[in-house]
Amino acid sequence: MTELAPSRSDIDTKLRAILRDVLGLDAKRVERFDGGTGLFGHLPELDSMAVAGLLTEMEDRLDIIIEDDDVDGEMLETYGGLLAFAEAKVVEN
Amino acid sequence: MLVLPALFDEANKLRRLTAEVMQRLDGAGIGSVLPDLPGCNESRQPLQAQSLDHWRQCAAAAAAHFSATHVLTLRGGVLTVPPELPGWNYAPVAGRQVLRAMLRARTIAAREAGREETIEALQQTGRSEGVELAGWPLGPGLFAQLENAAPQPESAQVEIDQGAIGGGGLWLRAEPDESPEQADALAAAIVTGLAPA
Repeated sequence: MTELAPSRSDIDTKLRAILRDVLGLDAKRVERFDGGTGLFGHLPELDSMAVAGLLTEMEDRLDIIIEDDDVDGEMLETYGGLLAFAEAKVVEN
Repeated sequence: MLVLPALFDEANKLRRLTAEVMQRLDGAGIGSVLPDLPGCNESRQPLQAQSLDHWRQCAAAAAAHFSATHVLTLRGGVLTVPPELPGWNYAPVAGRQVLRAMLRARTIAAREAGREETIEALQQTGRSEGVELAGWPLGPGLFAQLENAAPQPESAQVEIDQGAIGGGGLWLRAEPDESPEQADALAAAIVTGLAPA
């Protein structure tokens, strides 16, 4: 379990950096995101093209493959949902 | 200097950066020209009728017409570049990656609208009859060529990756944005590269 902890926080850090780059938000604001922070449907910038860019960048930086079926409202709705999805995908690989 | 723009949505996202870099080059005494690829931006040609081969021919013709000694490509612009022209490829990307984001945008938009579309099915349609992705109607020729197009490993250009520029790539932004710092860094890399050793 001790080895899981740093890798989880590594995914968290990378995911925040991706959101910062995609949304053009300042680092402080993205740092304040918590599990319940709303994403898709809550942030006006995050339309389908932006979500597509977000997922493609997650694939590149986290070295994962995201399938069509993986993408649903739940995973995109909150930061916590997206992080849980990313962690599950990284473990899967 | 011939400037070959990024493709599709990324061209819009990088519009400001592209112009700002050109202004900085001008300030350093380097003239540059930014043509529209046929079917893109203000071109009156239909996008459906385009192919990557044709874009490459046009890029080569533009280089000859303007007597360009160097080239700067941005993102997918690298896929149209004359390989023998010296210059720089900023954050080059393969055609497959450009398409992937656009295919995905379409499946996400379809899902929101209550329709089910898969990337695989869209790819097949794209190859056989063409497909409209994120507002860009791509013909079957261009679609199939983009799927297989990658930056050429042996070219006269040097790659400038985003790490060398600093900050997040502006093509990722949900909203078109600008960054004077990134424009400074990109222009400086080119000016330094052009300076006699």
